[in-house]
Amino acid sequence: MGRVVVEVMPKPEILDPQGKAVVGALPRLGFTQFVGVRQGKRFELEVEGDVTPEILAAARQAAETMLSNPIIEDVVNVFEAEVSA
Amino acid sequence: MVGAAGARIGVITFPGTLDDRDAQRAVRLAGATPVALWHADADLHGVDAVVIPGGFSYGDYLRAGAISRFAAAMTSVADAARGGMPVLGICNGFQILTEAHLLPGSMVKNDHLHFICREQTLVVENASTAWTNQYAAGQRITVPLKNQDGQFVADERTLDELEDTGRVVFRYDGWNPNGSRRNIAGITNERGNVVGLMPHPEHAVEPGFGPDAAAGARQGVDGLGFFTSVLSALVAA
Repeated sequence: MGRVVVEVMPKPEILDPQGKAVVGALPRLGFTQFVGVRQGKRFELEVEGDVTPEILAAARQAAETMLSNPIIEDVVNVFEAEVSA
Repeated sequence: MVGAAGARIGVITFPGTLDDRDAQRAVRLAGATPVALWHADADLHGVDAVVIPGGFSYGDYLRAGAISRFAAAMTSVADAARGGMPVLGICNGFQILTEAHLLPGSMVKNDHLHFICREQTLVVENASTAWTNQYAAGQRITVPLKNQDGQFVADERTLDELEDTGRVVFRYDGWNPNGSRRNIAGITNERGNVVGLMPHPEHAVEPGFGPDAAAGARQGVDGLGFFTSVLSALVAA
């Protein structure tokens, strides 16, 4: 079984209210090192066999047509995941 | 030409739609015939206009409206909209219209991160669309607003273009309830037949069930003008 990972992040110019809420809460737990947080999404797409170049290409297409909205998000990564036994 | 009384207005139901029955009722109160449409059916059953109602289609899990955009009915709606058929997207319906690229921009989570439910005053900026011709430019109307992902965003170039071409249809009056760019509550396409907005006109169409108004508690019917506007647009077409 193969697995493709797609990572999607809000565009830098889009205010990310969720990241903003997290960065506001971190210092309350003592994590004062972090001055910014952006919250994105990670998708894991599973296939029956190996991850072929065609499957990676299809994952990229799915990432750009459905898994992300190009107006507010960037697809930052599409890659084959290491599958642990 | 379509006689107002004979107009048939479709209302699409997706899994997770909540306000379809309210939209059908608003259509009926305006004097037209509501036609229930199902998301998986590509056949629009000869309707003269379509309302995409509010709710949480597919649970908003991927992004609000993202999965509904690919429904069979939406492919037909997109074709019909490009041909000039009036289409109104309310709340989740507005999100679906942006995901379908029938309207520009997108919606993200409210800037304060809270779900919000309130009676919202809007300024009518454009009273010449298929869905707003019964209002006057500058008129203030009050309709309910309820959403979590209601912050309208677009890049500066798109926002400038919307402003310059008169395509901002509604702006929030007074307080901006979700941080939307330039207080935008609703927009239209170039042709003026496709309109999307976050607040809910279909919840302000019948005395006793709407927002508070000068006439008394829950007497507000400011939303009815959307549905009489589209009838007027259809008669004129």
